[in-house]
Amino acid sequence: MEAAAGVDARLPIRSDLDLVWVRQHVRQAAARLGFGLVEQTKLVTAASELARNTLVYGGGGQLTTTRVAHGRAQGLRLAFSDRGPGIADLEQALRDGYTSGDGLGMGLGGARRLVHQFAIDSTPGVGTTVTVTSWAGRPPRPGHPREEW
Amino acid sequence: MTDEFSRPPVAPVPVLRLGDVLLVTLQGDLHDSTAEQLQQDITERIGSSGATGVVIDISGIEIVDSFLGRVLAEIAAKAGLLAARTVVAGMRPAVAITLVEMGLTLPGLRTALNTEAALHLLGDPARSGSAVPRPGRR
Repeated sequence: MEAAAGVDARLPIRSDLDLVWVRQHVRQAAARLGFGLVEQTKLVTAASELARNTLVYGGGGQLTTTRVAHGRAQGLRLAFSDRGPGIADLEQALRDGYTSGDGLGMGLGGARRLVHQFAIDSTPGVGTTVTVTSWAGRPPRPGHPREEW
Repeated sequence: MTDEFSRPPVAPVPVLRLGDVLLVTLQGDLHDSTAEQLQQDITERIGSSGATGVVIDISGIEIVDSFLGRVLAEIAAKAGLLAARTVVAGMRPAVAITLVEMGLTLPGLRTALNTEAALHLLGDPARSGSAVPRPGRR
C-alpha cells in the first residue's frame, strides 16, 4: 500500500509560460525528495510533454503534485487533468509517431517511457487525466510493508 | 522591486557571428515562443549573412523535450537548405539519456561535446562528413 502525503501543489496550465513554472516546480520537488540528476531530468521532461498535451490538446487544465511513500521509498506523483475533448483511441494516442497536432508524436508514448508508473483516464467529451509516478532510486515492489511517511 | 511576472514573455536569444559561423548559446528554461522565434531568427540571419555554419550551444539547457528537439531538428533542416551546417554542442549526459529513453534520437542532428569542438568540426569539411566541396571555400 502506498501512503499519499497529501496534495502539495496545484498549478494552472493555461499558457506556455505555465509550462516553464511546471518544469521548475517538478524539478524542485524531485530534488527535495532526493531524485538523482538523471531521474530529475527524466521526470521534468515527462512533465513538460504532458503539460504541453494538457495545454495544446486539452485546451488547458491543471497539474496536481503529490508526494507518495511506499515503505522507505519516496516518490512524486503528477496528475495532469483537462476538460478537453478527451481521447477517443488511447492505443493510437500512445503509439509513437501518432500526432493530431504538429509535434513529433512522442508526447504520450515518450513520457510513459520516462516514468515508473503511468495511467491515463480519458472520456470523450469530458476530459483527460494522465497520472505518472516516479520514485527516488528503485521503484518499490508491490507488497512491501507500508510505513508512514 | 521586479518580480518574475514583470519580465517580458519573450526575450530573444542573441545570435552572434564568428566569421562564417553563427553562434547561439541557449540558457536556462526556454519558453516555447522564444524557441520558435530563434528558429526564424537563425534562418533569416543565414540568408542575410551568408553564414556557412551554425553552432547551437545547449550546455546551459537542463531539459530537451520533444518540442525543443523538433525546433533543433528544424533549425538544422532549414539551415541545410540554405547551405549551412548545424552542430548542436554541449548536450548534458542526463539530457542524452532522457532523449534516447523517450525514443527521440534526432538522427539528422550533428553534435559536438562543446563549442570548441563544434567550431573545429565546421572548420574542417573533411572531418564533418561533407563530401561535396562548398563553393567559395578553399
